[in-house]
Amino acid sequence: MNDEILNGLLLDEECTLTLGEMSRACAMHAEWILELVEEGILEPSGEEMSHWRFTAPALLRARTVMHLQRDLGVNLSGAALVVDLLDEIQMLRQQLGRMGGC
Amino acid sequence: MEFEDYYEIMGVKRDATQDEIKRAYRKLARKYHPDVSKEADAEEKFKRLGEAYEVLKDPEKRTAYDQLGKNWKAGQDFNPPPGWDAGFEFSGSGSTGGGGDAQAYSDFFESLFGRRTSGYAGAGPRDFHMRGQDHHAKVLIDLEDAYQGATRHITLQVPEVDPGGHVVTRKRTLKVRIPKGVKQGQQIRLTGQGAPGVGQGGSGDLYLEIEFKPHPFYRVEGRDVYLELPVAPWEAALGGKVKVPTPAGVLDLKIPPGSTSGKKMRLKGKGIPGKQPGDFYVQLKIVLPPSDSEKARAFYEKMKQELPFSPRAALGV
Repeated sequence: MNDEILNGLLLDEECTLTLGEMSRACAMHAEWILELVEEGILEPSGEEMSHWRFTAPALLRARTVMHLQRDLGVNLSGAALVVDLLDEIQMLRQQLGRMGGC
Repeated sequence: MEFEDYYEIMGVKRDATQDEIKRAYRKLARKYHPDVSKEADAEEKFKRLGEAYEVLKDPEKRTAYDQLGKNWKAGQDFNPPPGWDAGFEFSGSGSTGGGGDAQAYSDFFESLFGRRTSGYAGAGPRDFHMRGQDHHAKVLIDLEDAYQGATRHITLQVPEVDPGGHVVTRKRTLKVRIPKGVKQGQQIRLTGQGAPGVGQGGSGDLYLEIEFKPHPFYRVEGRDVYLELPVAPWEAALGGKVKVPTPAGVLDLKIPPGSTSGKKMRLKGKGIPGKQPGDFYVQLKIVLPPSDSEKARAFYEKMKQELPFSPRAALGV
């Protein structure tokens, strides 16, 4: 085992990803990312495609869509609905935690 | 190696039709899908389910498995008898699954149906270059690690293509610095720590997603941390200084006189550190001393006699 301590880049609120980075990180074509933007699943900042910037949570969202498509055969609009509902469930769980504890 | 009962995993009878198997798969896949499921071991269950379906959905593999599996039960120590697959053509052909993250099959599956073969291994001329794939993994940390920063050993199961074109799983351990101030769900990108490239193509990157271990008494929301703090009735009534544990250490908290149960207090900037540090919220919870001794009962009796107090006055009773 290598004993060197690796320092990574923390993808925080200020850190964004390009279209190329998104497509590489999902191991999918850029056209697929494009479809996700057209479906409204991802909302990059920047007007032109070459200037698009995605947030780090968008990457997790894109990968969830990828898994849903691949593993469950969900189509794109179905996957869009699922990720929205997952976000909502997470929000509700937090609220529930707030009420149960404090 | 243990025998895997694929019918049991899928919850179908041995004489289930292909349609029934498909329906069972769809249903369980939704239940255990790691992105959707909240079951603790969803990932492992989903993997086993995928493997079971891989075999049972294919009539040829299913027939071979049935012939082999008649006398076996799940969990029994198992080695495939030599020549068990005579007359079938799938041996060594691996799987049909495709795209995304390559997943390793169990030893049981591989001993029967061979390993997953890679799509591009060995293909193309010698000057073929391709950047390695990006890899993704989750890393579990303690809340305290987000306050102080930490170094974590991360062991990854890396699928690799051997010279024969088969995918083998290798263990790889990395030592990674977890920076101070990380939040649940944030990712760390380690450049060049993904899959090696082909030819002169560079290595891919490794994305680590941060997940906090559940804490017995802190609750985290973004960078804010919440704690329910038990206080004695006299601490709430008379006020005073009490000790509060926080992930950054013990602090003193001044409770104002006349505090009620459920009162929320904020310790500004004592949440997870960062450019905009989170806050630490304390919610008071008044706990009663047990009345399990003569002395305690006498105290309660005295309060009853001497304190004019109706807790249900607002309810009109």
